[in-house]
Amino acid sequence: MRSKIALRSIIVTTRKDIKIYYKKAPVWIFGLLLPVFLFLAFFIGRELDTKQYFPGFLAMSLFFTASSVGPLIIPWEKQAGTFERLLSYPVSLSTMVIGDILAGAIFGAVVSAIVAAVGVAFLAIGVTDAIMLFLFFAAGNLCFAALGTLLSASSGRVPSNTMMLSALVRFPLIFISGVFVPLGQIHGAGAYLAYASPLTYLVDGFNSSLGVDSFVSAFIGILVLVLYSLLFFGLTIVLLRRNLMKGL
Amino acid sequence: MEDGGVIQIGGIEAAGLVKHFGDIAAVDDVSFSVGGAEFFGLLGPNGAGKTTTIRLMTGILRPDAGNITIDGIDLLAEPFDAKMRIGAVPEVGNIYADLSAMENLDLVGRYYGLSKEERRLRSKTLLETLSLWDRRDDLIRKYSKGMRQRVSVACALIHEPPVLFLDEPTEGLDVQSRRIIIDLVKQMNRKGSSVILTTHNIEEASRLCERVCIINHGKIITISSPEQLRMAYEKNLAVEVSFNGKIDRCLLEECAPGKIEEWGDKFRLHTDDPDKTIQKIMEVRREHNLRIVSIQTVGPSLEDVFVKLTGGIK
Repeated sequence: MRSKIALRSIIVTTRKDIKIYYKKAPVWIFGLLLPVFLFLAFFIGRELDTKQYFPGFLAMSLFFTASSVGPLIIPWEKQAGTFERLLSYPVSLSTMVIGDILAGAIFGAVVSAIVAAVGVAFLAIGVTDAIMLFLFFAAGNLCFAALGTLLSASSGRVPSNTMMLSALVRFPLIFISGVFVPLGQIHGAGAYLAYASPLTYLVDGFNSSLGVDSFVSAFIGILVLVLYSLLFFGLTIVLLRRNLMKGL
Repeated sequence: MEDGGVIQIGGIEAAGLVKHFGDIAAVDDVSFSVGGAEFFGLLGPNGAGKTTTIRLMTGILRPDAGNITIDGIDLLAEPFDAKMRIGAVPEVGNIYADLSAMENLDLVGRYYGLSKEERRLRSKTLLETLSLWDRRDDLIRKYSKGMRQRVSVACALIHEPPVLFLDEPTEGLDVQSRRIIIDLVKQMNRKGSSVILTTHNIEEASRLCERVCIINHGKIITISSPEQLRMAYEKNLAVEVSFNGKIDRCLLEECAPGKIEEWGDKFRLHTDDPDKTIQKIMEVRREHNLRIVSIQTVGPSLEDVFVKLTGGIK
């Protein structure tokens, strides 16, 4: 009975998030348009190999889309006064957060699947390992949706504050994770930073699945993404418990 | 359990509830029980601990100490099962402005595991009762405050809970919305649900509640029926009088030993001897050639008792 109610609360929360929040402008601006513009700013006017950089672009678009709505859901709910009511339903903080993460992951998966399909169809990108590509898709979306939710956990009811924090965390990550500079060309302290970033493992995983040189084994890459997902989820719960009353 | 034809399905027990925010004890050793099908009021000034108590009992916050039982189920040990039996209109309990009334009810029904048919039928019944059926597909953002609150109450009732928590449900509403909501809640109560109501409207609490709990500084001051509370303060009598024209209150100062209050076109003279006070009012009337429009002796209202118990008006 208990697990049935818990599962239902996850599914209904995911459904609710998708229905209500994915139409909102900040989600599309920060989740989809921004990575496209960033990539175009980097790519246009330079003689770069499309196949070499496409996995990084795919990873970046997944990263931005999966983590775009998570930082906003709880502040929006607190601002609208729906958060307190939600907690009185048969949900727990954990099932609510899992629901939010799944919603982010589904959004990220849909958008990045479109990006991948466009790459394969129009840029002649070849998939060398479809199963690994799928596994990295799943692990990456969960990991970065969990990161998005973590960013909302310490916030109150002002979405713009969360967006500032979100930008502060997400933008540096794309510059240290092998998106614009291939992992093999990063040395010294930069390499340590790169290996501390979960995005690096997604970029590297996509590299190996799409026929570009990779540096970390696929198994370790997926394991790191899963461990980061669990870490982000755990931290979200701890911070949410501590900040539950903030903004209510 | 049955009592006079009402099936008693609810029941709440709170034992030794404690909740601190930093060094402040928002709720300090609060214990009470509410029977099945009982209408119970939780009264107190702002910051007394009412909302925190409701948040603890609806599973929104976890107490630092104490136990809560909802319809026989331990809320802390089995929160999912216990919450299935709760309907709550929290103090900040809005609904989704980007959804319609039907969509909001459908969403809440899903959380409680209602089938599609149940969700549809109950939403229809509730929205018809609340006079919102014609607006069922409009987005909530287009609703007035009263209409939103009606939908909010409907969301708390869609799963027909045995226990209902209402935190200031009629605060700031128009008369029509307030009546519609109160009628619906009374109807649920008659069907057997326990209701815990917090309100600033003491007359409303007096009219609706079988028992009230007065809470201040996180502690319970008293729990009793409104009538018993009034009886306990019966010696605090007053005479209310209104004249055909405006008079200076100084004229009445000799009529009663207690304080004199102006309530609209009436004067309320606090006294322990109403007969003597009325005689003196008659003398004033004769001397100044006034005409009395109405005169009556009144006992203490629940509001008087409340003010007395919570330390008066500061």
